Amino acid sequence: MVFFSVPLGKLVRRVSRLRGGGSALPGLVVEKIDPGFMRRTLTTLPHGVAVVSGTNGKTTTTKMVVELLESQGLKVFTNRTGSNFTRGVAAALLGEVDWRGRLDADVAVLELDEAHAVHFVNSVPPRYCLLLNVLRDQLDRFGEIDKTAQLLQHIAAKTTGTVVLNREDPRVARIAETLTGQEVKYFGLDDSLLETFPNDDDMRAAPGSPAPAGLPEKPAADVVLRKVGADSAEFEYDGGTVTTAMKLRGVYNIFNAAAALTLARSICGAGAATANHATLLEALSRVAPAFGRGESLTVDGQPLDLVLVKNPSGFRLGLKSFPAGGYATMIAINDNYADGRDMSWLWDVEFDSLRAGGVEVLTGSRAYDMALRLQYDDVRIGAVQPEIPAALAAFIREGQGKPKRIFCTYTAMLAIRRELSKITTVEVVS
Amino acid sequence: MSPAEATAAGNQSKGTIRVVQLYPRDMNIYGDWGNALVLQRRIAWHGYTPELLEYNVGDPFPDGVDIIVGGGGQDSGQLVIQDDLQARAGELKELAEDGAPMLVICGLYQLFGRFFKTRTGAVIPGIGVLDVETHGTDERLIGNVKVSTTEFGEVLGYENHSGQTTLGSGVRPLGTVAKGTGNNSNDGHEGARYRNIVASYLHGSLLPKNPAIADFLIRTAAERKFGSFSPGDPDDTYAVLARDHAARRPR
Repeated sequence: MVFFSVPLGKLVRRVSRLRGGGSALPGLVVEKIDPGFMRRTLTTLPHGVAVVSGTNGKTTTTKMVVELLESQGLKVFTNRTGSNFTRGVAAALLGEVDWRGRLDADVAVLELDEAHAVHFVNSVPPRYCLLLNVLRDQLDRFGEIDKTAQLLQHIAAKTTGTVVLNREDPRVARIAETLTGQEVKYFGLDDSLLETFPNDDDMRAAPGSPAPAGLPEKPAADVVLRKVGADSAEFEYDGGTVTTAMKLRGVYNIFNAAAALTLARSICGAGAATANHATLLEALSRVAPAFGRGESLTVDGQPLDLVLVKNPSGFRLGLKSFPAGGYATMIAINDNYADGRDMSWLWDVEFDSLRAGGVEVLTGSRAYDMALRLQYDDVRIGAVQPEIPAALAAFIREGQGKPKRIFCTYTAMLAIRRELSKITTVEVVS
Repeated sequence: MSPAEATAAGNQSKGTIRVVQLYPRDMNIYGDWGNALVLQRRIAWHGYTPELLEYNVGDPFPDGVDIIVGGGGQDSGQLVIQDDLQARAGELKELAEDGAPMLVICGLYQLFGRFFKTRTGAVIPGIGVLDVETHGTDERLIGNVKVSTTEFGEVLGYENHSGQTTLGSGVRPLGTVAKGTGNNSNDGHEGARYRNIVASYLHGSLLPKNPAIADFLIRTAAERKFGSFSPGDPDDTYAVLARDHAARRPR
């Protein structure tokens, strides 16, 4: 069976591509007939496997790690298509291996959703993992935020080499206490930037109420983000600070750059010995945001930013990172399965920052829930139109001559991109 | 203070209504803040002056409480508040028996009951304000819910719980589920009603899309404090449209 599984899987992949089908089916086929396929293929890589997980920022961070490693001359396998679950990885692998099942790469960097990462590490223990954060997202799938933290802890426990942790997220940092054999490295934030990262525990907490216990004393971090400028950032590592230009926008994206640097340095060997920092920083300065993560398109000669919002922390960070002044704003909220059906999270976001300028258009299947939310925050609402194509057309028409920004949930973003691709250049995502 | 509150706080205020959030630091999940915010705004829209206070573990218990609102929490949050809640059982019972309006959601609904027996058999005592008991299960009940009630019409929300609650003879259900599961997977009941307490598993948040319940709490508070309630005229256009839409969404 094993000898047939790869050619068969590749065949299914070709056929399902021709049919325009989903990216995971061929992965499912090969997984069913040859469960050892992934482990066999991935464990042969000289630098092993690195898993990136956490609630927010997986896609952009994984993209950064890949580009950083490529700048060091490594050949990297990754699951680019955003299929961040085990079958998606198997499907991506099938596209890359030769007909005999060999993968020509030095290292695999895989973005995995928390629950699927647990399955994955049980069958393929990674050499590295990078754990970004635990936030309230998809609680309708995982139940509780503490449960999500346990999933990440399991990923760390299965890691054989280095575990990279967010020093500033207490639930992630505390994972270090549970580990025995692994090397632990942290990425961190300067104290002056901490307040721009409200965590879920701060939500609605009274002023001055004590934060939940983090680590007793902050451990030293391998890479610390010290400052964020308009299009630059200052990082500290190896006892010095460097300033680099950044294409990425939004403080949270740039904090994830510190995460990516820490993982890339672990894989290449930290210090000046192996990693070439000039080329690393050069690569970092060129990383463009991933699909929908602070992406900027051009419509009618004006920028149109798409900001993906999936959970309250992401929405709050988005509002904080992209000030409303001078922009026309639209919010698109869907409640399809991929977005999460529960709308409660909108009530955990404060919309005061939109009060001065108001919101031009609300759309998506839950447009009226969003309108109700804004009403209770005294934010002026222009139009409410649940149908996305009509809402987008009105937004573009009435916002002529103004830069625009759309905050959108996942499936709303797909719909908006589909509409926008009719009038401007939008990167195609398979 | 928002413009709406500033107006209400001016000369024409019909009086102050004091809302206390119970344990917002540890019992606040799935937008429970929305319930407190809705009370705060609607009190002002009805022409009264809202005063929103927080009560957390170890705080002195506030005087002159008019409305209590409490939310859900994770298992860890319930452990943190457990002892403090027992220490406040007397005050809360007295308020409840005196007819103070209260809204308790999910985790605090369970702990306002007699006990919560976990799957492993451990018994977490409640404060017994409500004659209900809850048993932990392996099954998580998740999804959109539609409840038919006699007092508040159709109630819409979202449930996410693994504890299953059974009502004793001392309380009546908030309503009967038309979509979703509610208190438990057996009897088709959702929530509980006792004196002026509304207890429910529903997030969403509950009050924004169910202004009838918010106004019940405010009216009862005003009547208890001032002897009568003279309503204002809140604009519920978006609430009506959001309800129409929510009622049609899949489970």
